[in-house]
Amino acid sequence: MMRFLTSLLLGLTILAAPVYAQSGPLRLELDQGIIEPLPFAVPNFVPDGPAATQYANDISRVVAADLTGTGLFREISPEAFISRVSSFEAPVQFADWKAINAEALVTGAVSVSGNRLTVRFRVWDVFSGQELGNGLQFAGTTDGWRRMAHKVADQVYSRITGEGAYFDSRVAFVSESGPKDQRQKRLAIMDYDGANVQYLTDSAAIVLAPRFSPTGDRLLYTSYETGQPRIYVLDVDRVRRTELATQDGTMSFSPRFSPDGRSIVYSLIQGGNTDLWKMDIASGQSVRLTNTPAIETAPSYSPDGSQIVFESDRSGTPQLYIMPANGGEATRISFGQGRYGTPVWSPRGDLIAFTKQNKGRFHIGVMRTDGSEERLLTSSFLDEGPTWSPNGRVIMFTRETQGASGRATLYSVDISGRNLRPVRTPDGGSDPSWGPLQN
Amino acid sequence: MNVLGKLLALGTLSVMAACTNNDPSALGGGAGGGANGAIAPGSPSDPRSPAYFQQTIGDRVLFAVDQSTLTPQAQQVLQGQADWLMANPDYVATIEGHADEQGTREYNLGLGAKRANAAREFLISRGVAGNRLTTVSYGKERPIEICSTEDCYSKNRRAVTVLTGSTLG
Repeated sequence: MMRFLTSLLLGLTILAAPVYAQSGPLRLELDQGIIEPLPFAVPNFVPDGPAATQYANDISRVVAADLTGTGLFREISPEAFISRVSSFEAPVQFADWKAINAEALVTGAVSVSGNRLTVRFRVWDVFSGQELGNGLQFAGTTDGWRRMAHKVADQVYSRITGEGAYFDSRVAFVSESGPKDQRQKRLAIMDYDGANVQYLTDSAAIVLAPRFSPTGDRLLYTSYETGQPRIYVLDVDRVRRTELATQDGTMSFSPRFSPDGRSIVYSLIQGGNTDLWKMDIASGQSVRLTNTPAIETAPSYSPDGSQIVFESDRSGTPQLYIMPANGGEATRISFGQGRYGTPVWSPRGDLIAFTKQNKGRFHIGVMRTDGSEERLLTSSFLDEGPTWSPNGRVIMFTRETQGASGRATLYSVDISGRNLRPVRTPDGGSDPSWGPLQN
Repeated sequence: MNVLGKLLALGTLSVMAACTNNDPSALGGGAGGGANGAIAPGSPSDPRSPAYFQQTIGDRVLFAVDQSTLTPQAQQVLQGQADWLMANPDYVATIEGHADEQGTREYNLGLGAKRANAAREFLISRGVAGNRLTTVSYGKERPIEICSTEDCYSKNRRAVTVLTGSTLG
């Protein structure tokens, strides 16, 4: 069965059907805990002419960087290579790759014709000498070369781990510059790895916490452009924004889409009190979900849309609660020491990521949806605001450093707690929202 | 006692206001001369000026960690604000609620709103018309002190009454 995925933005088309190796001999089982990264080699993809040389080199480097960046794979330096791959079609000299302990090999070819770029690639299990899945080809415009590289890396990751990937995805965030007391904030969007940053607002008004729609076409965010914090929705491709009709004369913030993208759940402040509400986007009708004198905020839907996890200080300190999506009795799930906030349900549905504040330190952690098996993944002066990668394996968050020169930076960490890395952005960054895999 | 105190305070204010009202005309509208101990209109020593409200009465009250209850000291400052607002009915105010950076962005927005509202409710209870007082929460977005110690944090946990409108001069 042929499967076509098209992107209007880049005109990317998958021309061959991916066939996953269901029980290939080369397999990383992520749930078993990866201690030793899998060694792989990506010899520069073979260009079909001078116009393709730079693209071939750049694409190979992005594929390698994507895989290495997971912490699950280790690239073998090209300097160690015995074989040179000068033809995509020539038989692979497996002995040469075995000799340098490469377990996986990615070969590819790049051709350029005008502004059309085509990438072909194959993934090899070096020890068995077998191909993992089938060769595949992506075609698009030359300026979409990074996305094509990410798509290749997504295929490699999926074929070796048997899981969904996340490289061809985008992150919305708040770009920050200036000192803490004069912080300038702009809404921005970028590739997951920090490339291709695009600004969506200017810094005239404070903007907070963008949140992707399930399909990645829209962003919810909070802006002070009227003087009060209010929720806006922005069409990502057209960069056109609309204010949502939350109630007049009140402050609203902390919005998040329902999994079907048709409604939002958010915090509304009335008479100083913050409660949770839900709004149907098409009709603009809002209904109240909580009604207590406590601060209730940071709501996040379960992937099936049936429940909402949120933060409330109804017990005296901020803790995590789960309630039915239409409101009703809430069950507290956090019972450890300290204060818990910003819960986010994982795309797989099994875990909740959160911010924890305890003894003057902040942590990003995960727990099961019943509150059991809490694990803290990070620790610093101020970590907050986790967001999940599309495959539920990685969490991105904000880390703010201490003191007068304090600065906010985006970081990512594997849910195993390993592979903590900064995400490079031109200025400071906060409030990341990781979008879905692109088509 | 409270009422008496309030009347006394109001009386004092209106006497002072009357004095300053006369000063500009006595000076023939002379701009900010300040000669002979005269009070320059609009200066911090002019009891009808926003600068006086801000600096002499005090435009802000501080809160304990995670709290939005008003301390006796905060109530005293707010009483002064209420008296001033009653004596200067042409002004309206926005009360900004703020939090320190120890807390998530979302929680601090809720906390700032509670603080701003606590100040607003107090001012209303002392006679200021509610339609003159709006609130906004900035959470931890607008600290005034940027060090990361309790000394700075305590100044950032605040509700600030900002005079936003006047038909005067």
